[in-house]
Amino acid sequence: MGIIKQAFMLPLQGTAVAGRWDSLFLFMLWLAAIMFVLVVGSMLAFVWKYRHKASDRTTYITGSHVLEAIWIIVPTVMLLGIFVWGYSVYRGMTQAPRDAVEIRVLGKQWVWSFQYDNGRTSIGEIYVPVHRPTKLIMTSEDVLHSFFIPNFRVKQDVVPGMYSSVWFKPTVIGTHQVFCAEYCGTSHSGMLAKIHVLSEADWEDWNEGKSPKAFGDSLVEQGRKLHETKGCVTCHTADGTAKLGPSHKGLFGSKVELEDGTFVIADENYIRGKIENPRGSTKRGFTQMMPTFQGLVTETEMNALIAYVKSLAH
Amino acid sequence: MSNYLAAKGLRSWLTTLDHKRIGLMYLFSIFVFFLLGGIFALILRLHLFGWGKDLLSADMYNQFFTFHGAIMIFLVIIPGIPGALGNFILPIMLGAKDVAFPRLNLASYYIFMVGAIFAASALFLRGADGGWTFYTPYSIRTNTTVLLVLTGALIAGFSSILTALNFIISIHKLRAPGMTWDRLPLFLWALYATSIIQILATPVLAITLVLLIAERVLQIGIFDPKLGGDPILFQHFFWFYSHPAVYIMILPAMGVISEVIPVFSRKPIFGYKAIAYSSFGIALIAFIVWGHHMVVSGQSELANFLFSLLTMFVAVPTGIKVFSWVGTMYRGSIHLYAPMLYALGFLELFTIGGLTGIFLATLAIDVHMTDTYFVVAHFHYVMVGGTIMGLLAGVHYWFPKMTGRLYSERDAAISFWSILIGFNVTFFPQFILGAQGMPRRYWHYLPEYTMLNRVSTVGSWFIGFGFLYLMIYMWKAVRYGKASGSNPWSALTLEWQTSSPPPTENFEIDPVVTDWPYAYAPDNVHMAVNK
Repeated sequence: MGIIKQAFMLPLQGTAVAGRWDSLFLFMLWLAAIMFVLVVGSMLAFVWKYRHKASDRTTYITGSHVLEAIWIIVPTVMLLGIFVWGYSVYRGMTQAPRDAVEIRVLGKQWVWSFQYDNGRTSIGEIYVPVHRPTKLIMTSEDVLHSFFIPNFRVKQDVVPGMYSSVWFKPTVIGTHQVFCAEYCGTSHSGMLAKIHVLSEADWEDWNEGKSPKAFGDSLVEQGRKLHETKGCVTCHTADGTAKLGPSHKGLFGSKVELEDGTFVIADENYIRGKIENPRGSTKRGFTQMMPTFQGLVTETEMNALIAYVKSLAH
Repeated sequence: MSNYLAAKGLRSWLTTLDHKRIGLMYLFSIFVFFLLGGIFALILRLHLFGWGKDLLSADMYNQFFTFHGAIMIFLVIIPGIPGALGNFILPIMLGAKDVAFPRLNLASYYIFMVGAIFAASALFLRGADGGWTFYTPYSIRTNTTVLLVLTGALIAGFSSILTALNFIISIHKLRAPGMTWDRLPLFLWALYATSIIQILATPVLAITLVLLIAERVLQIGIFDPKLGGDPILFQHFFWFYSHPAVYIMILPAMGVISEVIPVFSRKPIFGYKAIAYSSFGIALIAFIVWGHHMVVSGQSELANFLFSLLTMFVAVPTGIKVFSWVGTMYRGSIHLYAPMLYALGFLELFTIGGLTGIFLATLAIDVHMTDTYFVVAHFHYVMVGGTIMGLLAGVHYWFPKMTGRLYSERDAAISFWSILIGFNVTFFPQFILGAQGMPRRYWHYLPEYTMLNRVSTVGSWFIGFGFLYLMIYMWKAVRYGKASGSNPWSALTLEWQTSSPPPTENFEIDPVVTDWPYAYAPDNVHMAVNK
């Protein structure tokens, strides 16, 4: 095990899932090495053993159903096993716990910026707590990007016009490398960031600061103000009473029945969609009269608005 | 009777309807494109050696890898074996005088060249960047001349479709008397399966490119979210063609290998039916696995589950072929001439390419590996290790048929070893770079990746030398090579039963097939050629 592991010099294991990933990878590496030796080894052995000699006589063999059955069935079973293992590790990468710390990520040519619940923002450096699940809710201002942390074994494309997410639970305090992994133009290879995994105390400090007011309004508070200045309150209340549109109380995460009888979960992408392109997703019992806010809400404002609606979930 | 090369003058070539001459024109054109794409590759690797100073600016680097990829995929690997070897060999192998529609065949060559000229003209204008995948919305917004390259690919696609149509109809209608389906050589089975994919998948590429062009020119929102489009939709469209295209690239090479190994092992092919049918198995699965390129694109988890599961099954028919080729060598009488060397090289490289494909098919592994050098290494092992090795095996195998001459086996061996060793030195370290997290399409990389990048660059020089050497000895062989005789390899397929080079109409007397093309009797261990 050790030799192959060293040869591949896998990156540091910065999350629990990285350990599971490495076990699967090293298992597959061994299996592949055995298969390679089997195929190429027999090939070389045959080339040597059956090299042409003038006195040769070959054996007239056209096939063997038994052998064929073996090399259909055995690989199929092995492949299904690998698939199941791979899927189970993958599930661990995609199912974010509900209590995850949420940080919003914005990619634009060629810089990463971050927005936190407490209203803080950072550029090129992201701060996360150790041993706590963190979920990144990501979008792009221009073209495709991809948020890649090799030490955490996670990667997710960042797509303009929608949110994608990735989560991890860091186990190693310190600084880790972030790459952009989807080609995005001239400085694609310069679109780097650092992820700082903070100890509990440092995270507390960083998050709360010496005085909570030092960073201005929290994200939810920013959203509440935007809710008023952008005119959302004209139709949407925060107390559960319906006006021209449904109330935002209890909306986030709920199942919304649409006019055509289908259901959608009111997640980040649903709210974003309502704000930018309200047609076609109106809640049953209401009349579509909401105007589009496309181009009138910046990506950072959008994050604040969604955070506010989310805060009204319970 | 004079052979097909007798007529002289440029005009006799440019207006020819002879499939053999058209095949050679493809071979020559594709070789020129290969040189162009190869020079880009060598410069890219030279830049990545990491000298203190940059060899290329970021924009130039981005354009160079785009050109390298687009040229190699659309102008070399896709048309390579079908266009050059398929055109030359398919009708003779069938025992026919030509393909079913010779005029269409010539038209298809010219369409290909028009496409190539469109794509290449971007070189002299504002270039193109974004990689050969041209993902939106970047490709809609970049101010390079991406549209020209796309239009070139669109036009070249029609050439693929016409050639495929010609092949399918020729195989159905022009087989010599006695050539039943179970006596059809495996190269032709492979070309048949390839042609089906080309006809079904290439129109999707055309649709995608037309939509993209419409979006850029008319500003209709299809893929760009700013206009109300969906960028991930483009990836679905693109891979719905480009994944099957991977098998358009590899199946013909597998066909060549299925011909070469029995001839040089002097033994019947192992599992004829399994090899023939597995081509169709691969062709079928090819259409339902495109989403495995998009695991982290934002598509649903259910989609990822299904695409990963289906992708696993590609490995089964592929494995059948590899095991059957190795099985063919068992208890044979193996002659190590250049075509066989390349077939063995194919087996080594393609096995690595195939096995690393299983890593990428595995969901969790792909999340970390996708868009890193692991992917770059994987597809070079499959595309170069598979398709180019297959092409070189075929070119060496049929060279005496095409020219009536022999090349120097010693020179061919020098070139082979240089390419094989160089290839492994270039691309194996890239698996490790990818596992360590180095993303692809990076103009600059972090210092910890320097050592392996340098090793990789040094390997590329050996590949370059191998091909340079190959050009020289091939040119010498065409001019001064010894006469080969009609059947130097003592092979049983029909193309070897006529003179070398063949007469214009291929056969003096129409051939009749009475036996299987792989019926090598136990005492049939000698070849006409001598080292």
